[in-house]
Amino acid sequence: MNAPAKIETTLKDWETDQEVRWCPGCGDYAILKAVQRTLPQLGADPANTVFVSGIGCSSRFPYYVESYGFHTIHGRAPAFATGIKLANPDLDVWIITGDGDGMSIGGNHTMHVLRRNLDCQIMLFNNEIYGLTKGQYSPTSREGTRSPSTPQGSVDHPARPCAFALGSGARFVARGFDVSKKLPEVLMAAHAHKGAAFIEIFQNCIVYNKDVFDDFAAPKGAEDRQLWVEHGEPLLFAGGTKGLKMDEGACGLVVVDVADGDWQAAGVAVHDKANRSLAHMLVELPFGPYPMALGVIYDDPRPTYEASVLEEKARACEGKEPNLAALLAKGQTWTVEN
Amino acid sequence: MASQARQDNAALAANTTPEAVVVRFAGDSGDGMQLTGGQFTLSTALAGNDLATFPDFPAEIRAPQGTLFGVSAFQINFGSTDVDTAGDAPDVLVAMNPAALKVNLPALKPGGLVIVDTGEFTKRNLEKAHYDASPLDDDTLAPFTVLKLDISELTMEAVKPFGLGKKEALRCKNMWTLGLALWMFDRRRAPLHDWLKAKFAKAPDIAAANIAALDAGHAYGETAELSGPLRQVHLDPVPSEAGLYRTITGAEAVSLGLVAGARLLRLPMFFGGYPITPASAILHHLVRMKEFNVTTFQAEDEIAAVCAAIGASYAGQLGVTSSSGPGIALKGEAMGLGIMTELPLVIVNSQRGGPSTGLPTKTEQSDLYQAVYGRNGDAPMPVIAARSPGDAFYCAIEACRIAVDYMTPVMLLTDGYIANASEPWKIPDPDSFERSPVEFLTEKNGPADADGNATLLPYARDAKGARPWIKPGTPGLMHRIGGIEKQQGTGNLDYSPANHQAMTDARREKVANIAVPDQQVELGQEGGKLAVVGWGSTYGPIHQAVRRVRKKGMDASHIHLRHIWPMPKNLGELLKSYDKVLVPEMNTGQLKTVLRDQFLVDALPLNKVSGQPFQIAELEMEIGKFFDGIPGDEGGEVDPNTAQLPNPVGVEK
Ligand code: SF4
Repeated sequence: MNAPAKIETTLKDWETDQEVRWCPGCGDYAILKAVQRTLPQLGADPANTVFVSGIGCSSRFPYYVESYGFHTIHGRAPAFATGIKLANPDLDVWIITGDGDGMSIGGNHTMHVLRRNLDCQIMLFNNEIYGLTKGQYSPTSREGTRSPSTPQGSVDHPARPCAFALGSGARFVARGFDVSKKLPEVLMAAHAHKGAAFIEIFQNCIVYNKDVFDDFAAPKGAEDRQLWVEHGEPLLFAGGTKGLKMDEGACGLVVVDVADGDWQAAGVAVHDKANRSLAHMLVELPFGPYPMALGVIYDDPRPTYEASVLEEKARACEGKEPNLAALLAKGQTWTVEN
Repeated sequence: MASQARQDNAALAANTTPEAVVVRFAGDSGDGMQLTGGQFTLSTALAGNDLATFPDFPAEIRAPQGTLFGVSAFQINFGSTDVDTAGDAPDVLVAMNPAALKVNLPALKPGGLVIVDTGEFTKRNLEKAHYDASPLDDDTLAPFTVLKLDISELTMEAVKPFGLGKKEALRCKNMWTLGLALWMFDRRRAPLHDWLKAKFAKAPDIAAANIAALDAGHAYGETAELSGPLRQVHLDPVPSEAGLYRTITGAEAVSLGLVAGARLLRLPMFFGGYPITPASAILHHLVRMKEFNVTTFQAEDEIAAVCAAIGASYAGQLGVTSSSGPGIALKGEAMGLGIMTELPLVIVNSQRGGPSTGLPTKTEQSDLYQAVYGRNGDAPMPVIAARSPGDAFYCAIEACRIAVDYMTPVMLLTDGYIANASEPWKIPDPDSFERSPVEFLTEKNGPADADGNATLLPYARDAKGARPWIKPGTPGLMHRIGGIEKQQGTGNLDYSPANHQAMTDARREKVANIAVPDQQVELGQEGGKLAVVGWGSTYGPIHQAVRRVRKKGMDASHIHLRHIWPMPKNLGELLKSYDKVLVPEMNTGQLKTVLRDQFLVDALPLNKVSGQPFQIAELEMEIGKFFDGIPGDEGGEVDPNTAQLPNPVGVEK
């Protein structure tokens, strides 16, 4: 596999002639733009790019990107992507999924594509609701979510996609949200990572679960509750007035005040994207008492699945000629003469 | 009484040489009966006899020792004439313990020879087999010829020089038994010696002990002939077509056929599988054929296995997946996507007893409805069924070809019997097959648009109704496909009523018009009193039963379908040329229903769902009922002017 040649494109080159059918104001529009803005920056080749999706509002995504696209069946996009990538490892594969698609019906495939470390980008649009089927609560809905299927409020505990990803063995975990200006940056990092890159993107479903992320994703006044992590930089938020410190006794992170920007004095921890334990802590921080950790939380590559499969295949083929006649006549044979 | 029965034994005790012999090896699942049977099969093939086998083993991996449900058996039918089935009742039963005797004795022919290992007839083992008293002491075995041997003790004696522990020494029992069987049927030991040396190359002591046990069993036969009921039987080789032969199981044949099929199309193959009995063997075979540009993928579940295969097809390889009924059910939605997106895919279903988990290790052919109809929506899919292990090779090649020629998923049906059974197979010359390298679309195929630019039509259709195959990575041909209804030609989303009607019709017609060879009559002739119509692994018993009734002068013909969907164009007319149509199936009447639906013929069912293949004799009896009271049923020529056949009673079960 050679690194593909970089291609000059513009945002326009990545738009299709298809009418976009999301509800006006849906967060999906912003994510689509972020992707169409990122692809030219990557020098991506539309002919070599494949968007694979499952079922749900988010999974309509491939129809709107001028590249190869496969809108598959509910929850199974990672399995299709695995076949695609094993058949042609040179393709640049993006999986588009949602909280219902990727965490509920397709949870199993999400787990295994991460565990195997297939080289691809997995964008999980988390809107904490089933949009396309008209608003039922989803596996990431918060407790008490009222929906057509839970009129009294949901009783089950929500899943945490990033914690699930890490638990499944993901080597790249990042978070962003639909309207964030930093989303392309996160996507660039995901693309640069060789292996399965998992990105949870909080997405506003303005019809069935409006503004549920406003506490940290509102266009104004929520910045203080965002913690954008950066490798080698202190874990600071609220304009640098607060930070996260490692409390060894409690074996976890605690919020500390930072006076006059002196984060060292406050004991604020420095982000290390290769530190798996730290990543686990960051994705599990309860929002409210803690800020929402965003950006590239974990990034520590190891060999990809398709590379290992190809290597193993090459080893198995070493010194062997594909002789069909010999294969058919393998084992004990006898000749009948007339 | 006992001596009377003994005289009845036509096959072995009498001094005539039979045409064919059926031997069943039965023991505890830990006794190595499948291995014994497999090696005996090979020696039979090397002796030039025709053969068919039927391995019958428990679903449990390590069933408790000595129990009735832990009994494992291997039956082989071999002879000096053509053999199509594993045989009905065994002539010889080798029972390695009381449980094996109890389970298998009812099948033994009256007067048949039963060889028992008396060393295993302990009080405890008798209890486990639910015997109140030892069957060796009462008259249980009176109707049979009995050879009581302490095989355990004889084996221990034979391997003594090698200083093995008792457990390891007793492991050689199956080789002792095999040695005896080799002597009984005048077989060479040398290939077995070679095989044992190769198998235990890392443990020469064990190899030597096994060889000693084998030789001792053989020597025992020689000595026993002088004094006991044993005698040596020699079956002449079957005159068969000249050429190079091997034995082959259905699972091997499917794997080889898939590899050959993909190569003839010049395509790399991608195989997605998930462990399930009895389909896993295909994955095990293919994983060792990587040099033929085969990629295997053991997926996280059945769904991922088929989805990955479709993904690979989308990316330009030949996607293949395989399973058994329960797994096929899980793959249903993805098959629908394959049909909707019109991508090639081969799905192999090694059928087993159902529904649900059913009988995992037993055979049945009850997934025909599932194959033909088992998906949501109008989802037509070609279905091919293999009739025997060797035939599965050709069916697999055919499945690959149809999948690619018509851009469609294809289902290949085999069953547990075909998958595990082996038969001699004339090795074909790969150069004799037609090569048809696939052509992918590389340039836009549509008319110019208003600006004079060429357009792309991913769902344009060729004369066969197939769309072009476009690999991602091809410059300029970017497009989107998916499970939502697509506009004719462009493939863009389109829910409009007229378009859905047109696309549904196009998918249906494409499959309905697949070129399928005209249906031939296997045995008999077009037109007549009775057509016996089968499909799949019932080929052997039906063929033999029809052969036998025809010898008696009954006008029955055998028709055997390979193409279950679409059916051969001439099939309706052919079936209507007979007075009666009988459809024996290992299900409750699935092909029968499809035939009635397709051709409005009064197809009559004959069904068996015991997990065991049909026996020739039972088919012969049922077919015979059609000729009750008809002149000619006692033999001689059939009178073509005989009046309307009666409907036999008791056929419909
Ligand atoms: S239902 Fe919600 S997620 Fe779906 S398109 Fe509308 S706003 Fe977006």
